[in-house]
Amino acid sequence: MTEAASPELAGELVDADQQSRRSIRLMAFFDRFGVLLLVLVMGALSYAAQPEVFLSSNNIANIFRQTAFLALLALGQFLVIVTAGIDLSVGSTLALAMMSAAVLSVAGVPWPILILTPFAVGTAVGLVNGLGLTKLHMPHPFIMTLGMLNIARGLTNLISGGVPISGLPAEVRWLGAGNLVLGGIEIPVSVIAVIVSFALAWLFLEHTRTGRHIYAIGGNPQAARVSGINVDRTLVIVYALCGLLAGFSGLLLAGRTGSGFPNAGIGAELDAISAVIIGGASFFGGRGTVLGVFAGVLVIGMMRNLLNLSNVQVFWQQVLIGVVIIAIVAFDVLRRRAAASS
Amino acid sequence: MEAAAPLVIEARAIAKRFGHVTALRGVDLTLEPGEVLGVVGDNGAGKSTLMKVLSGLHQPSSGELLINGEAVRFGSPRDARQRGIEMVYQDLALAGNLRIDENILLGRERTRAIGPLRLVDHAANVALAKQHLDKLRIHVKSVSQRVEDLSGGQRQAVAIARATAFDAKVVIMDEPTAALAVREVRRVLDLIKDLKTHGIGVILISHRLDDIFYVCDRVMALFRGANFAEAPLGEVERDEVIGWIMGNKRQEDAPVGAGAN
Repeated sequence: MTEAASPELAGELVDADQQSRRSIRLMAFFDRFGVLLLVLVMGALSYAAQPEVFLSSNNIANIFRQTAFLALLALGQFLVIVTAGIDLSVGSTLALAMMSAAVLSVAGVPWPILILTPFAVGTAVGLVNGLGLTKLHMPHPFIMTLGMLNIARGLTNLISGGVPISGLPAEVRWLGAGNLVLGGIEIPVSVIAVIVSFALAWLFLEHTRTGRHIYAIGGNPQAARVSGINVDRTLVIVYALCGLLAGFSGLLLAGRTGSGFPNAGIGAELDAISAVIIGGASFFGGRGTVLGVFAGVLVIGMMRNLLNLSNVQVFWQQVLIGVVIIAIVAFDVLRRRAAASS
Repeated sequence: MEAAAPLVIEARAIAKRFGHVTALRGVDLTLEPGEVLGVVGDNGAGKSTLMKVLSGLHQPSSGELLINGEAVRFGSPRDARQRGIEMVYQDLALAGNLRIDENILLGRERTRAIGPLRLVDHAANVALAKQHLDKLRIHVKSVSQRVEDLSGGQRQAVAIARATAFDAKVVIMDEPTAALAVREVRRVLDLIKDLKTHGIGVILISHRLDDIFYVCDRVMALFRGANFAEAPLGEVERDEVIGWIMGNKRQEDAPVGAGAN
């Protein structure tokens, strides 16, 4: 009975096999370059809508300058998401780091220490996140970092009395507000800071043992553990780096606005997560690239820019970003299904 | 008895209690270099617990463990691995998102210094992985494939390659063929036979007597946490082994543990 049915069945299997292979190849292509396509599409749309304004160096520089702080938040968030974790506290960490520098500035602390402060504060918050997650055996990083979201925001208001503080020294503002003239073109220092950070993160993730272990943990924590990888230690490093980048992000934002304000970064953790997901990283961990995150940040930045230039109501930005996130994750699910069924 | 051929593993009277539950009550096990030992037993007979003791995941409550005649205590799988004892886990313990070479060298990547940095030497790792796969005659299209894109049998082969990549003396495998398509089972079993030729001992836990009879030199049965019977493969019938698993011994003349040496 099975004998008679088998040739036909075999034929079907081969067809299905070829078909799924073709779709896998297509999926792999989108996996890699999909978000870059999205950047191109956004660029083309923006150009079509506002041909004179969009490509002006002023506007381009503006897009980068406005998204620089989001880029650093997203980069840190990406490290965490690769391990299948999440850090909800980055927006509050940004504010705490920024306010700490502002408060110390009022106290007359010299500028070199002021520049280091946001990094130190951010790293400290990240370390607490990582140690809390691993030592207290939190069931999910969502809980640890949700707690930290509140703690850091509360501390921000406590140290500042809940009011903005302005008047940061020019040296402190330089990273966020300064410009460098390279080959006759004015380039915001913050953009260079972002590019350097992304390049270092790429080197770290792709070419160091710890970086590869971060991907391994996201792929299969059990495999990482039995391979002798110290999973807890690696996670602490990841959350500390995420905090460090959130602190850096706070420094850039303080520079751009010339002040520290206690409501800075409210909801920014969600923008960071959005950028990472739009950039092709998987929420299930182990997947995604630094370049993708960069593209994800650009997509959000360009989308806002386009809608601003076109005088579209601000609220539509939120709607559109929401639509893009859902569409991209739906695509990720489809891709995994196709891979699983083959 | 010890002088003739040194045993890679000798476990003496291993007991393991979890609270009030006794999983192992004084189990003996021996393994010669390059020997394939099949371990059978019903669910709860203590096979997996015994393997976890041998691979350092559990510490025995009492009993002695000797590796190459030397008494050892394993605090973790890391200790066992340093002694050349590797475990291939039932769920494979591979990271599907990483490439084949990365999985084979996971946790043991080669690095090189570039200025003040220590970077992963991807080229060296790829070469090492390829060389090792060739040695085991495992053929893959490319070591840069992601493991999640491989078939179950290929994944099992990668898991075995991973376990044997660094001077393994013994590989412990827990149901390595359970999740495989029929045509892939044979390939994995042949791979186990190949390990023999490299002098690597294998302890194989399997419910599938076909597998046991195809690759093993010797089979031992556990029953309710104790040694029940064992015999070289040539001296035992399939039905008899099935009986052992269910706790029936037809020939009372084969004393436990005396058959091997």
